[in-house]
Amino acid sequence: MTDWTTVCNLNDIDPDTGVCALYHGEQVALFRWGSSDTVYAINNFDPIGKANVLSRGIIGSLGERPVVASPLYKQHFDLQTGVCLEDSNVQVKPYAVQVAHGVVQLG
Amino acid sequence: MSKKRIIVVGNGMVGHNFINTLATSEHASDFEIITFSEEPRLAYDRVQLSKYFSGSTADDLALTSEAEYQQQGIIYTLSDKVVAVDSQARTVTTANGQVEGYDRLVLATGSYPFVPPIPGKDQDHCLVYRTIDDLEAISASAAVSKTGVVVGGGLLGLEAANALKQAGLDTHVVEFAPRLMAVQLDEGGGKLLRHKIEELGVTVHTDKATTEIVAGEACRYRMNFADGSHLETDMILFSAGIRPQDELARQSGLDTGERGGIVINDYCQTSDEDIYAIGECALWDNKIYGLVAPGYQMAKVAADNIVSALITHSEPSLSFQGADMSTKLKLLGVDVASIGDAHGHTAGSKSYVFNDDIEQVYKRLVVSADGKKLLGAVLVGDVDAYGNLLQLMLNDMDIPGNPANLIVPSSGAEDSAGLGVAALPDSAQICSCQSVSKGDIAAAVQGGCCTMGDIKEATKASTVCGGCSALVKQVMDAELTALGVEVNNNLCEHFAYTRAQLADIIRVKGYTTFTQLLESHGHGHGCEICKPTVGSILASFNNEYVLKDEHIGLQDTNDIFLGNMQKDGTYSVVPRVAGGEITPEKLIVLGEVAKEYDLYTKITGGQRIDLFGAQLHQLPAIWKKLVAAGFETGHAYGKSLRTVKSCVGSSWCRYGVLDSVSMAIALENRYKGLRAPHKIKFGVSGCTRECAEAQSKDIGVIATENGWNLYVCGNGGMRPRHADLFASDLDDDTLVKYIDRVLMFYVRTADRLQRTSVWMENLDGGLDYLQEVVINDRLGICAELEAGMTKVVDSYQCEWKTTVESAQKLKRFSHFINADEADRNLYYVRERGQRRPATDAERIELVSLDAASH
Ligand code: SRM
Ligand SMILES: Cc1cc2nc3c(=O)[nH]c(=O)nc-3n(C[C@H](O)[C@H](O)[C@H](O)COP(=O)(O)OP(=O)(O)OC[C@H]3O[C@@H](n4cnc5c(N)ncnc54)[C@H](O)[C@@H]3O)c2cc1C
Ligand code: SF4
Ligand code: FES
Repeated sequence: MTDWTTVCNLNDIDPDTGVCALYHGEQVALFRWGSSDTVYAINNFDPIGKANVLSRGIIGSLGERPVVASPLYKQHFDLQTGVCLEDSNVQVKPYAVQVAHGVVQLG
Repeated sequence: MSKKRIIVVGNGMVGHNFINTLATSEHASDFEIITFSEEPRLAYDRVQLSKYFSGSTADDLALTSEAEYQQQGIIYTLSDKVVAVDSQARTVTTANGQVEGYDRLVLATGSYPFVPPIPGKDQDHCLVYRTIDDLEAISASAAVSKTGVVVGGGLLGLEAANALKQAGLDTHVVEFAPRLMAVQLDEGGGKLLRHKIEELGVTVHTDKATTEIVAGEACRYRMNFADGSHLETDMILFSAGIRPQDELARQSGLDTGERGGIVINDYCQTSDEDIYAIGECALWDNKIYGLVAPGYQMAKVAADNIVSALITHSEPSLSFQGADMSTKLKLLGVDVASIGDAHGHTAGSKSYVFNDDIEQVYKRLVVSADGKKLLGAVLVGDVDAYGNLLQLMLNDMDIPGNPANLIVPSSGAEDSAGLGVAALPDSAQICSCQSVSKGDIAAAVQGGCCTMGDIKEATKASTVCGGCSALVKQVMDAELTALGVEVNNNLCEHFAYTRAQLADIIRVKGYTTFTQLLESHGHGHGCEICKPTVGSILASFNNEYVLKDEHIGLQDTNDIFLGNMQKDGTYSVVPRVAGGEITPEKLIVLGEVAKEYDLYTKITGGQRIDLFGAQLHQLPAIWKKLVAAGFETGHAYGKSLRTVKSCVGSSWCRYGVLDSVSMAIALENRYKGLRAPHKIKFGVSGCTRECAEAQSKDIGVIATENGWNLYVCGNGGMRPRHADLFASDLDDDTLVKYIDRVLMFYVRTADRLQRTSVWMENLDGGLDYLQEVVINDRLGICAELEAGMTKVVDSYQCEWKTTVESAQKLKRFSHFINADEADRNLYYVRERGQRRPATDAERIELVSLDAASH
């Protein structure tokens, strides 16, 4: 069974924006989809721009895929898999995430 | 069958292209490819070499990598030179003594810079311009020099001069011939180019033969010229032409030309049929081709020939038939193009010349005796017609109508070169670097390509020099239209509208949020293109706080935290300093804040002060202090008004006729916070000496004896453009009224990320039309435009003041939502007394130090 760790309240994340959470020493970018309670979690480190900034990117959709555009050089990362759409050899780590009772949990 | 061994001597652009052609062909597995590079690296893009001075690294220029070669099984040796070929034994020997046997040998040794035999040429700081190593030597020399001379005013010489200019040297070009770019340009073109280049501050000396280089008095060296004159300089760059690198061929008895070059036949074979020569070292029909495109054609031909000889035992399908040497370039920011017989050498040819001293445009057409065919052309200052003229010549098409129409600027919107891409035959070569024809592009479109990105990937067109990109796009669009696909000017996949259309929709419907617009006129969830665009439109019309809950998700990288993101994820802080005027007290506050947070401090090009390296969680405290001291945000992050540059004007300057500082401050305060399709800059000068450089701004204002002259739509940056005189001798009120109207019209109708210059150039009717709309109210919208501006001016708020006053908004300004820690990935070193981000190499050391201390 997954051990879930609470990192923040859902309402700490403004609709359609991201925040960064510290989780077992790792930086995790959390994104809230519109004002729904769907939250995506991928590592915050942009492997192309080489900085901890992904949580500050704009989120949106390309085709059916939910993505974030890096705020540095605008490559897109799939929010579900962490794969970079411009270069499939590049991937950031995705995390298991759930929203329960208004809190966001990583596992 | 054992693999055939192919040895390629030289891993330059053409050698690599050959290897790549063979290694990606269906017969790749039949070959073992071995290559030697005298340089310490594999092939890189020499054509873009000068970019090294504007920030590109050796890695950016690389055309391949060692890993890629290893993966393809290509055997390579770096920093070793092939010194002998034994064509009997079919072996090569390198300087390090390595011996390798071959089945076929390909010489792709390129060329070397020619240095005229001038006494004194071999001293330190006398350099050439060909390789990355050369550029490193030039940078090092420029760093300890004040003055630099380029010997040679040809194409490469002028590129080299640009590099010296960028390095901040007092730059001179010394040319032996009576004019610049004598090979490509005629006298008129050379003259105008010289004039333009001198305006940029490069001194040109023609008709100068250097006799010796001796020690100088004021500088390191003195160059003495045959005519008795002399010039002092600290460094010298020779760019007096190239010579084919044919040493190996001479030594091993292959035929070479009288003036150098390895003689080849139409299959790129040398006088020994097992040895090929391709690229700049090869001499075909007594001609050397000093450009990359013909080299790539030779590479293709040689690869095809080798496959047919060794593998398929069939007739070769390709042969080299010469190449066109037309070129289009930007030299020191000046557009220059030369097509075909530019000098009118063809018997009976006639010329048409267009010369505009005011706009500084020179064009010359060379046409056949009957005036029907285009033979050549020279264009300086305006090269828009290049693509069409080149196609007319290459395809031997009849000139439509009067040839003069091809170079006379058109009065209306019709295409001045008078030729649509539809008229081109399918065989027309559109991209010469990659030899891609119109037919190839059409086929790619039929195969499903519908964006430039698709076309580049499918055909490789426009991936080398990029000179063909406009034409490739035209062909693609024409092809899409022919297929019944509506050419896509859509903002992105979420909105089937242009920015201007969305602006109209928002204005007419009175929308105030992105969600309203997406629900009614879009689909999907939006993206990083449409969200900021719509955010900007909403802000231009409604001017609400950009971090308001419903707008926050729309803001781009910089706006979302009201600061410019730096490469390491920290931010810069730029308070407004209207007109560049600042009190000593405020300067002290800036100094104190910078000191407290150890911010790197720099005066910007916009007459204000930038403080770099603030972390997200530090921004609120920094801005609280600044706001308390009376500062406001400078919107350095926004697509909005940036700065109004001023000169000191009549209050102090003995020449000033009006108070330019007061006007600049008033204008900056009026338009601050105005969100627009792109950033907007102003300049206000107190007299015609123009110390504020107003004519290089979107809005320029210059004082005259009778009022203000208003200039519009200029800019610096990537494609500088002088502003156009819009109206003269205006009083203060009329000036402001016109600016209100111009800017609001721009905000409503321009494309995303389109600056005022490009916007105006794309307006049907251009400047005349804009004057009609703004001065004579031709569309009857002036009252509305002014009302729109008044609304923005009246609803101004300092975004940082609003933010520091809102506890809820400040919560976002921390690196972690669940911890007070800072980002641990930031590393700095100190340079000239301030901090800067560590480079990759420095980081490795610092990171391991950091790890050791934990
Ligand atoms: C700080 C400054 C350089 C400096 O150290 O002097 C600067 C820095 C940046 N410039 Fe600039 N530009 C600065 C003056 C200029 C000037 C000179 C001027 O304004 O007189 C120009 C040419 C004039 C012009 O714009 O017409 C200039 C032409 C550009 C361009 C090219 C624009 C173009 O149309 O080609 C860009 C890229 C863009 O905007 O897309 C750019 C973009 C940038 C950005 C915003 C790039 C970015 O997104 O990170 C830089 C970040 C600033 C920061 O982090 O604070 N910057 N930039 C100058 C800030 C002036 C200010 O006080 O606000
Ligand atoms: C600054 C600059 C700007 C240019 N701009 C343009 C442009 O805009 N458009 C354009 O079409 N062309 C341009 N060119 C020309 C273009 O770069 C050349 O045409 C192209 O590089 C030729 O390719 P190549 O492979 O024949 O020669 P190179 O690229 O010179 O490669 C030859 C390589 O072989 C190596 N070599 C030589 N002898 C030996 C040996 N015996 N053993 C091992 N290695 C050896 C050399 O060190 C070199 O690395 C420019 C050139 C320069 C320098
Ligand atoms: S532009 Fe004229 S008024 Fe302004 S500083 Fe220069 S000389 Fe003086
Ligand atoms: S012509 Fe050079 S890339 Fe197409």
